[in-house]
Amino acid sequence: MFDSPRPKLVLVGHGMVGQKFLEQLHAQSPGAFEVTVLCEEPRPAYDRVHLSSYFSGTTAQQLSLTPDDFFACSGYALNLGEGAASIDACAKTLVTTKGRTLAYDTLVLATGSYPFVPPLPGKDRAHCLVYRTIEDLEAIAASAKVSKIGTVVGGGLLGLEAAKALKDLGLTTHVVEFAPRLMAVQIDDLGGRLLRRKIEQLGVTVHTQKNTKEIIDGETAHHRMVFADGGHLETDLILFSAGIRPRDELAKSSGLAMGERGGICIDNHCRTSDASIYAIGECALWEKKIYGLVAPGYQMAEVAAKQIAQSSTPSPVPHPPVFTGADMSTKLKLMGVDVASIGDAHAATPGSLNYVYSDEVAGIYKKLVVSADSKILLGAVLVGEAEDYGNLLQFALNAIPLAANPEDLILPVREGGAKKGLGVDLLPASATICSCNNVSKGALCAAIDAGNTSIGALKKCTKAGTTCGGCSPLVKQVLDAELKARGFTVENHLCEHFAHSRQGLFHLIKMGSIKSFDAALIAHGKGRGCDICKPAVASILASLWNEHILMPKHQAIQDTNDYYLANLQKDGTYSVVPRIPGGEITPEKLIVIGEVGKKYGLYTKITGGQRIDLFGARVEQLPLIWKELVDAGFESGHAYGKSLRTVKSCVGSNWCRFGVQDSVGMAILLEHRYRGLRSPHKIKFGVSGCTRECAEAQSKDVGVIATEKGWNLFVSGNGGMKPRHATLLAMDLDDATMIQFIDRYLMFYVRTADRLQRTSTWLDNLEGGIDYVKQVVCEDSLGIAAELEAEMQGLVDTYECEWKKAINDEETLKRFKHFVNSPEPDSNIQFVDERGQIKPRNALTKETV
Amino acid sequence: MTEQAQWTEVCALADIIPNAGVCAKVGSAQVAVFRLVSPQGVEEGVFALGNFEPKSQANVLSRGLVGDLGGVSVVASPVYKNHYALTTGACLEEEGLSVPVYAVRVVEGLVLVGAAV
Ligand code: SRM
Ligand SMILES: Cc1cc2nc3c(=O)[nH]c(=O)nc-3n(C[C@H](O)[C@H](O)[C@H](O)COP(=O)(O)OP(=O)(O)OC[C@H]3O[C@@H](n4cnc5c(N)ncnc54)[C@H](O)[C@@H]3O)c2cc1C
Ligand code: SF4
Ligand code: FES
Repeated sequence: MFDSPRPKLVLVGHGMVGQKFLEQLHAQSPGAFEVTVLCEEPRPAYDRVHLSSYFSGTTAQQLSLTPDDFFACSGYALNLGEGAASIDACAKTLVTTKGRTLAYDTLVLATGSYPFVPPLPGKDRAHCLVYRTIEDLEAIAASAKVSKIGTVVGGGLLGLEAAKALKDLGLTTHVVEFAPRLMAVQIDDLGGRLLRRKIEQLGVTVHTQKNTKEIIDGETAHHRMVFADGGHLETDLILFSAGIRPRDELAKSSGLAMGERGGICIDNHCRTSDASIYAIGECALWEKKIYGLVAPGYQMAEVAAKQIAQSSTPSPVPHPPVFTGADMSTKLKLMGVDVASIGDAHAATPGSLNYVYSDEVAGIYKKLVVSADSKILLGAVLVGEAEDYGNLLQFALNAIPLAANPEDLILPVREGGAKKGLGVDLLPASATICSCNNVSKGALCAAIDAGNTSIGALKKCTKAGTTCGGCSPLVKQVLDAELKARGFTVENHLCEHFAHSRQGLFHLIKMGSIKSFDAALIAHGKGRGCDICKPAVASILASLWNEHILMPKHQAIQDTNDYYLANLQKDGTYSVVPRIPGGEITPEKLIVIGEVGKKYGLYTKITGGQRIDLFGARVEQLPLIWKELVDAGFESGHAYGKSLRTVKSCVGSNWCRFGVQDSVGMAILLEHRYRGLRSPHKIKFGVSGCTRECAEAQSKDVGVIATEKGWNLFVSGNGGMKPRHATLLAMDLDDATMIQFIDRYLMFYVRTADRLQRTSTWLDNLEGGIDYVKQVVCEDSLGIAAELEAEMQGLVDTYECEWKKAINDEETLKRFKHFVNSPEPDSNIQFVDERGQIKPRNALTKETV
Repeated sequence: MTEQAQWTEVCALADIIPNAGVCAKVGSAQVAVFRLVSPQGVEEGVFALGNFEPKSQANVLSRGLVGDLGGVSVVASPVYKNHYALTTGACLEEEGLSVPVYAVRVVEGLVLVGAAV
């Protein structure tokens, strides 16, 4: 295949940057070199940036950065557990730790760095550890098992991450820092103070300005750290995170030019003082700087790979790429606290000016550093909230002129105010969107042009957003803006069967009086449908026409929960949740639930929604259980449906000395009115009897809080994955007006929301936001209020309990058995006892029948 | 063995709701049987897969929604929504994951399930 022997390339170090180099080289000139990789660690390159996630269950396999087939495809030879021991630069050979001699034409050093351990007496004692490799983490986990107290030496970025790991491992955690504040390199005094407070609130003790003198035997713990100021700290485990040092020992001994304080000197082409040897990543020193972040290393990898690839082609390109330094801005989540630092965070530029916003109540600190004429953003510090990182970084990197009031960029937005910041359209094509992978806006646009029009495809193709993830929102914004600019409506098709948004389809089904899935598919779709569009259309049909969801024509489009009117559990059993309106229940009814639970051997639990869940029912038991419940006056709780769940209440004015209205009564009224309403996602209400808000109504889709004069109505709150405080819609309403407003609000949501969009995300994405909703709901700006109310009244009037109907219908009952041809139960459903109740037997210990 | 012995009669075709599944006991095995009907009402065949869904380790596949993805007829696991091709039993999302496929036919309105193929 190759006429002449290929040039030999040896890569020393297979870390993050080494692997990036190999990928770039393979992409540039596949097969052009005979490549040998020396990897000292026992496993191929893995993601050190996300190393900490190892403690939360991410496996070494998942952290791997090396695609399974990479070495097979590239033909490169990977030697695990074999390092380089010495280099003979004159002979162009090196000797490995296994004693082999390898010849090279080109040598690339990507040896990274090692954790610096201060030369203290006692530093080598057992349970004194560092944090760099998977093996280090294994050692920490093992040590933590026999330790109670853990101390991190060093309060920088990595130290705080290490502290979090110790905390998560259950240790009482301390951080000891030499400097007067945490993260001294990245953030300023005020930001550091806030960060310290937040971290201390999490239960980590921070000691600043502490210089450790020695480590000796402890009295109450394994070690005692003795400080220069005479104080001491007892601890079982010590984790050094006092900075990193380049691994340059190989280079030094082979005579390459070195920095005064270490690091292998490289030029703009990542070449060392020997023209056949390159150095990249954390071991390299460029213009007296070592970069301790992965993004600059990746840039070096790319430069070196291109250089080397070009040297192998007969006609070199006129402008070989060069390394011109890298941006050191960072954003991270430290122990749940967002922290970001951009550019000149310490305002070191002569004449620079600061804008500072500090909210010690909410724990937010933001600072902008701008040029003397306040036209250009030079740097920023964000602590406590870093959502604006991407925007600000773009301003700084691209020197985009700031608007008249730069402070708007860090001042909080008041409700209903316009979103400030920077439209991505304003960014030049050269703007770096993803700094980890050096992806510019132009590169994203090119990938979009090449057909990568979904976020998944775009990430896969460009790698943008795949490392720290900080740029993901920006990548999505660019995608949406570019699709829009190309005349695409941004993809909101329900699925491959319906080229319509849920809102569009709702409208079409309504206008066409379509009453079945098949009819909708014939009129507006294609193919057979799928598990996305079937339940979505089922929900639209139910919202519009309120036919029983188990009518034969609707059966096959219901998700299993709706099909069996119960929630599927992990083992194939179902749960039973009767409605308990407002959380109010008589002792008699409580006894019925208890008796049913006992009779059928169900696991019983009070839910987070003020009602009772009975778990572990087999399909064939469901109708029997529900018959008993319905006979006792219970109704379906719709826990299985995308519909009204619960209306949480507090006890209110009937009993509570502070209550100003009957919150329980109102909760029951609302739950009865909206029970069974099918909607794009589940809907939850809360009603509190006074402003103390014991029902947590402001975390619900509809929240009602009593006032002296009536009710305050809040909307679009959310708990769950992304909590959102509800927004005030109207104040001091009487009962009738409030119900009118809720009718309109809910129906407007049902009509216009996307599938599986809670009211919170719906509102946040609605053009015009809460002001628009206020106009539609309270002022009837669209003239549809009467229509919305009539639609809701229609649904209220046609409500029937799905379970009551089901247990009285022979046809429906037929389906409640496991086998079509046998009355036997599913033998795979088995339970074990825990705390006096059942739980599913672990699959591994199941008896096979 | 005779023809007769290899096929188990499990139910009438009419016992399966169009575009839904049932679980049949065939010997000691649990088999999920699906009936496909076009939106226009034309019968498009019956398909049989193992009812045991390997990802959730539960006997639930017959309760999944059927449909098609990129032209392949599939059933979605009701637990974690991963899809299995009705004709091959292969999982679309996870290479290497699959469920067995059973021979199935309809004779005079009755559904017969045969051996795993
Ligand atoms: C049973 C219950 C947990 C409990 O034991 O307390 C529960 C159980 C489930 N929740 Fe929940 N949630 C329960 C209260 C809550 C609450 C608390 C509340 O309602 O006050 C929340 C946060 C409040 C909120 O929704 O804003 C909650 C937020 C979620 C979410 C996240 C929703 C979000 O918008 O981020 C999901 C996932 C989803 O819906 O996509 C979820 C999904 C689920 C599912 C449906 C997951 C699933 O598909 O299996 C669970 C169904 C179990 C079952 O079979 O009944 N559950 N879930 C609670 C039932 C309350 C009830 O009586 O109906
Ligand atoms: C816990 C942790 C969190 C981090 N978080 C972030 C973050 O959020 N953002 C960020 O940008 N950066 C972060 N970093 C830094 C980032 O991981 C490094 O910048 C990056 O790994 C540098 O890549 P590298 O290839 O230069 O070095 P490494 O990934 O360290 O790879 C060097 C490899 O060379 C091997 N080696 C050394 N000498 C030899 C030899 N003689 N022979 C053979 N092999 C040898 C080493 O064993 C090692 O495997 C973090 C680091 C850690 C430890
Ligand atoms: S919090 Fe998660 S695990 Fe717990 S009930 Fe809710 S969905 Fe299930
Ligand atoms: S900036 Fe880190 S992944 Fe894009």
